[in-house]
Amino acid sequence: MEQKQLKDFDINKVRADFPILKREVNGKPLVYLDNGATTQKSQSVIDAITHYYSEMNSNVHRGVHYLSQISTDAFEVTRRSIQAFINAKHEHEIIITTGTTHSINIIATCFGKVNIAAGDEIIISAMEHHSNIVPWQMICEDKGALLKVIPMNDKGELDIEAYKALFSEKTKIASFTYVSNSLGTINPVKEMIRIAHEHHVPVLLDAAQAIQHVKIDVQDLDVDFLAFSGHKMYGPTGIGVLYGKEDALNAIPPYQGGGDMIKEVTFEKTTYNELPFKFEAGTPNIEAGICLNAAVEYINAIGLEQIAVYEEELLNYATEQLATVPGIRFIGTAAHKSSVISFLIDGTHPYDVGVILDKLGIAVRTGHHCAQPVMDRFGIPGTIRASFALYNTKEEVDALVTGLRRAVNMLV
Amino acid sequence: MTINEIQDELMDDFSFFTDWMEKYEYIIQLGKELPLISEEHKKDDYIIKGCQSKVWLFPEVKDGKVYFTADSDAIITKGLVSLMVKVLSGHTAKEIVDADLYFINQIGLNEHLSPTRANGLLSMVKQMKLYALALQARG
Repeated sequence: MEQKQLKDFDINKVRADFPILKREVNGKPLVYLDNGATTQKSQSVIDAITHYYSEMNSNVHRGVHYLSQISTDAFEVTRRSIQAFINAKHEHEIIITTGTTHSINIIATCFGKVNIAAGDEIIISAMEHHSNIVPWQMICEDKGALLKVIPMNDKGELDIEAYKALFSEKTKIASFTYVSNSLGTINPVKEMIRIAHEHHVPVLLDAAQAIQHVKIDVQDLDVDFLAFSGHKMYGPTGIGVLYGKEDALNAIPPYQGGGDMIKEVTFEKTTYNELPFKFEAGTPNIEAGICLNAAVEYINAIGLEQIAVYEEELLNYATEQLATVPGIRFIGTAAHKSSVISFLIDGTHPYDVGVILDKLGIAVRTGHHCAQPVMDRFGIPGTIRASFALYNTKEEVDALVTGLRRAVNMLV
Repeated sequence: MTINEIQDELMDDFSFFTDWMEKYEYIIQLGKELPLISEEHKKDDYIIKGCQSKVWLFPEVKDGKVYFTADSDAIITKGLVSLMVKVLSGHTAKEIVDADLYFINQIGLNEHLSPTRANGLLSMVKQMKLYALALQARG
């Protein structure tokens, strides 16, 4: 097999693109390892935000005046760049939302409204983020449907045989994550989608932790719906994407009523707008929508393949180095992992470790990572999670290891 | 000692520390001096749930004064709990309700009291005052 190699990836140049990485925290250089929660923004994204408010600010899809036209054009540029980024067939298959949670709620609610009845079944997995559990529980409660959960093994890998056995005549949709936010597991989603389709069951893929690390081609995956957030891919907060196959989106009713999503309104009857506007009621987060394009351009300029190679090398290095910390126990040791290392240290509480690392300028996440069922599965209250992005370095991994040794000395 | 005298003494203790590490080592040490809640009371009725660490707190009245026992599963939190118990335990309900806990700011631990720190400390201070208020009302 051909060895993947880094060609033009210059980490110093990448770091220089993210101004926040120069700052200090508690008198120490910032070591930002909470990228699973949100990523930092490149200067190009920050500049785009300033440019928008200085030069373009105006509502989209409404005015005939100049500013409204240029902001609408810029907003639609993002839609097309996202279309290309995930290789969607049509630009109207890209719905601009406020984030992954919003995207999942649209499908759970609107698909559920017309397709799910009492006794029907919905498949999710044991490693979902709360935002891919609760919307489905809500529709189950509403309709009297049942949630079926794909189990996982002690390494944090889904049991595909058990998944196959979950399907029945009653299964209406399956929704699972591409990459686990708490364990880092990369699921074999292409195979899982194929299996669902054998049963004529559509799939929603939560790509919140995948979009910035893994090249996604929705046509190759043949996925029916895909959800992700802008802020985890170096873009602004409050913006996200719902991709859906044209037919699948046309077959479900709109989510919210309001401006932009209508064709004609009378007091007797309203007809809905076409895709994508049918799902985009009200004024969107225009600034974030326009500036998300700068983030996509940034990723494209480096190339996701390059990013994946660099991050894999970093993840392997971090896993090796962290293993030398006394009493460390990794939670999530799947064969295929991306960018996340979750762990515990014997005799310490994750919160205590997090407080000490913070004093050393190191940002990690501690707690249950909005995935309480995952913590229950492993019988733990929470973990310490280091999650990486394209600007992290081996030196930062070393700082984390040194910080953890110091924490162990103080706490144990 | 009055609540304010105890606060002043703690501020004095903390003024000797030159860096955060010494401060936190002292807080961890204080955790070991916390009057521990008895096992029979260490249950959900007496739990104060922060997002990440748990605190158990139990009030008792002896000779007209309120005494607290407590515990936490995280040792820095336990140290912070110990600080609060040190200051508020052994005073009348009215003194506890009226207490102005200025020492927290003075020793630079106010960050732990922000609602976003998720360590349950803010809820704990509220809970201590609520217990005192309830005991005061009972007369």
